[in-house]
Amino acid sequence: MSDSFTPVVAGSALGSKAAPAVTPKNIPNRGGPANPSAQAIAQQFAGAVVRADVIWGETIVVVDRARVHDIIQWLHDDPSQRYDYLSDVTAVEFRDLEQPIEVVWQLRSLPYRRFLRVKVLLEKGATLDVPSVWDIYKGADWLERECYDMFGITFTGHPDLRRLLMWEQYAEGYPLRKDFPLRGRFSRSEQLRQALAANPEARYSKEELSIADAFEDLPAEMKRRLATGERTGE
Amino acid sequence: MGLSPRPEPTFKELSGNEPWITTKLDQFVNWGRKNSLWPMPFGTACCAIEFMATAASDYDLARFGMERQAFSPRQADLLICAGRVPFKLAPVLRRIWQQMPQPKWCISMGACASSGGMFDNYAVVQGIDSIIPVDVYVPGCPPRPEGLLYGILMLQKKIEHERSGDKTLRQEMEPDPTTQLYIPPAVIDEVSEPFGNSVHQTRSGL
Amino acid sequence: MATKKRTVEVELSTTGLDAEGRPKRVPFVVDENGAPVAVEAPPSIEPDLDAEHMLINIGPQHPATHGVLRLVLELDGETVVRCIPHIGYLHCGFEKIGEYRQYNQIIPWTDREDYLNSPGNNVAFALGAERLFGIEMTERCKVLRVMACEMSRIISHLVWLGTTCIDIGAFTPFLWAFQQRERIYNILEAWIGARLTTTLTRVGGMGADLPDAALEHLAAFVNGFPKVVDEIDRVVTRNGIWVGRTVGLGVMSPEEAVNYGLSGPMARASGVAFDVRKDFPYLDYETYDFDVPVGTNGDVYDRFLVRMEELRQSTRILEQAIKRLPDGPVNVDDHRVILPPKSKATSDMESMIHHFKQVMEGPRPPIGESYVALESPKGEKGYYMVSDGSSKPVRWRIRPPSFVNLSAISRMVEGHLLSDVIAINASIDIVMGEIDR
Repeated sequence: MSDSFTPVVAGSALGSKAAPAVTPKNIPNRGGPANPSAQAIAQQFAGAVVRADVIWGETIVVVDRARVHDIIQWLHDDPSQRYDYLSDVTAVEFRDLEQPIEVVWQLRSLPYRRFLRVKVLLEKGATLDVPSVWDIYKGADWLERECYDMFGITFTGHPDLRRLLMWEQYAEGYPLRKDFPLRGRFSRSEQLRQALAANPEARYSKEELSIADAFEDLPAEMKRRLATGERTGE
Repeated sequence: MGLSPRPEPTFKELSGNEPWITTKLDQFVNWGRKNSLWPMPFGTACCAIEFMATAASDYDLARFGMERQAFSPRQADLLICAGRVPFKLAPVLRRIWQQMPQPKWCISMGACASSGGMFDNYAVVQGIDSIIPVDVYVPGCPPRPEGLLYGILMLQKKIEHERSGDKTLRQEMEPDPTTQLYIPPAVIDEVSEPFGNSVHQTRSGL
Repeated sequence: MATKKRTVEVELSTTGLDAEGRPKRVPFVVDENGAPVAVEAPPSIEPDLDAEHMLINIGPQHPATHGVLRLVLELDGETVVRCIPHIGYLHCGFEKIGEYRQYNQIIPWTDREDYLNSPGNNVAFALGAERLFGIEMTERCKVLRVMACEMSRIISHLVWLGTTCIDIGAFTPFLWAFQQRERIYNILEAWIGARLTTTLTRVGGMGADLPDAALEHLAAFVNGFPKVVDEIDRVVTRNGIWVGRTVGLGVMSPEEAVNYGLSGPMARASGVAFDVRKDFPYLDYETYDFDVPVGTNGDVYDRFLVRMEELRQSTRILEQAIKRLPDGPVNVDDHRVILPPKSKATSDMESMIHHFKQVMEGPRPPIGESYVALESPKGEKGYYMVSDGSSKPVRWRIRPPSFVNLSAISRMVEGHLLSDVIAINASIDIVMGEIDR
């Protein structure tokens, strides 16, 4: 039985004189009070900020891909920022194919009760590759895997970047890309055929078995299945 | 194509040629079977919650003999597929069906299990009847508990009219060994085609 | 006379395999008359417990995984050394199809995604869309939405309670919980016509106004519900089996909880006092008088206590909402987003044109994006919408709380026993519809 934890209170860094949080009302489309972190990033990382906007009350900072990991690390560590909570990692592709793909990090600072959106623009034709923030936030694990699965964006530094929602050998592509049709690339019977070709009893992916030291002791049947590269359907 | 041909029923129409003892025996066996179906809820999504509500005290499945819900397919006779089935889950559903011993029946509960429902996209099987043979389709999104109960009563009626002389009833449908499909691909494509309004909903933007 | 022993080798149909993968053989000794003879037991080899770990598979079809979740566990005896969860068995392309639907057409999709919290999801999406459109809702609509959110919290926690009790072995609270859910279902059905997948809100308002009879039923429910919670409390909370099976399991420290992105009761049980209703309020939650329970041990028992207390607090909020429900219009008076009444749409030319534009094309928000987060029963539920000026969003992103909460399961079950895995999994309160989308 563990000892009791001391509660970590959101808003603790604001002090007792701070105004209580209220429901935002009458938010303008553009403009309005910006999150002070946007200014702080521009000061700390000169030249890394491409653009900073306030859209519907939310501050969005578009930064350089090369420095985004450092910026997020600084946002996490710096005592005046303390963005300790990662809400989301996702990507946006626009219908207008000239526009770049945006990779979006939504960060919250619980002690300061702030919300910030950090973006990186990946120009069309560039490799879809951004640094992973798994070393800063463990919660980024599955969020980045899903982004890879749906968009094909590689997160360098992620310990285990595999498909998460589709099965590992999914051949149709990256579903949330705009050039991926809604109903998929293959015909329904072909999709069903590919899905049914997986053997649910083959059970374990190569990744899982590579970590088990007892490969030699596996039954011959299973070793044969692995050797022939049989699909596990996950 | 390699598919096992759909067997022709060997059963003769009930025209007085059936021996009395066989019909009585059939009635007795069917009465026993229909009143003691052990459902296996293959519950995936929202319909599973309505199934749980049907099994709970207000709508009570136990009064139909379905008190004991089997979660192991080996011990079940009724597979209730409640919820949407994506392609990743399709081989699992096929394997669960194959693991069930005869006699077995299947209820496809909800719009998504019956036809893909509102999920006409890359990820969802457009009706589980392309994977496993279905006896009763219960429409609804999700079907009300009364709807599911009506479907179960329809299945009971169907079981009531089974005849032991009809050998085709208990034959296991074998899929084509190369493609694992037991319906020709052209038929699957045809029934999965969007129709009505959803034909126009492939436009993104405006 | 000495019996002549004859050894007959028998191949059994289901037996272990030896190292070469051949079935092990069991010697069967008979004497010359064919009668079996007792032999000494062969020396049993002590299994080397350090060398071999077992890989077992739970799911995806399994009653205790709360949906189609597959857990692959590496076991050392009965203790879990490593857990690898596999999801995606309910991936249905929600976010993709959101790009092909108008904003009001997406609301039925939000029901199916976290299907235990349908009204709450509807409210969350409507708030996000209204932020994107720049619309302020009416006062009556705000209170109705608070009611919807709290009713939704109650029904979600009741499902969690019922199914967790079943997992740990207590069947009766499941029946009690579902009985209470039926009463909320009746209220929702009187309000909007549907029990589970409600599609309660529209952009700019609600699908229907709350009838007075439904309001009375809700007041009656709020009166009677705390007694039911007390009854469940009495049989479960201080029960020796329950406490024995839940205390000390799956502990997450507050710093870990924040770093893993846990939210909702999972984070609060670990001592993180973060509730979106209090810290980033919406729907005027700062004007309601309610407490947020925060645990101190971060184990399964604390999560249970937090959710039980949240049931009581939700009832408290509902009481206040019922008292303060103002009269007035439910929908905002904006012809760009709200359909005109049918009588006017079929007689007045301008209304007909508005109706036509809204149905055929759909309301179009200005170019922009918004992220609105709500406190769903599972945690921080966010909808991120990006608009390019057309009637269908460019990107509809669902930030699913159970997805992030479940990713911590590998950390939580390490070192625990196999039966604890079920209890820990139940305590996360997952909904696969939301996780896989």
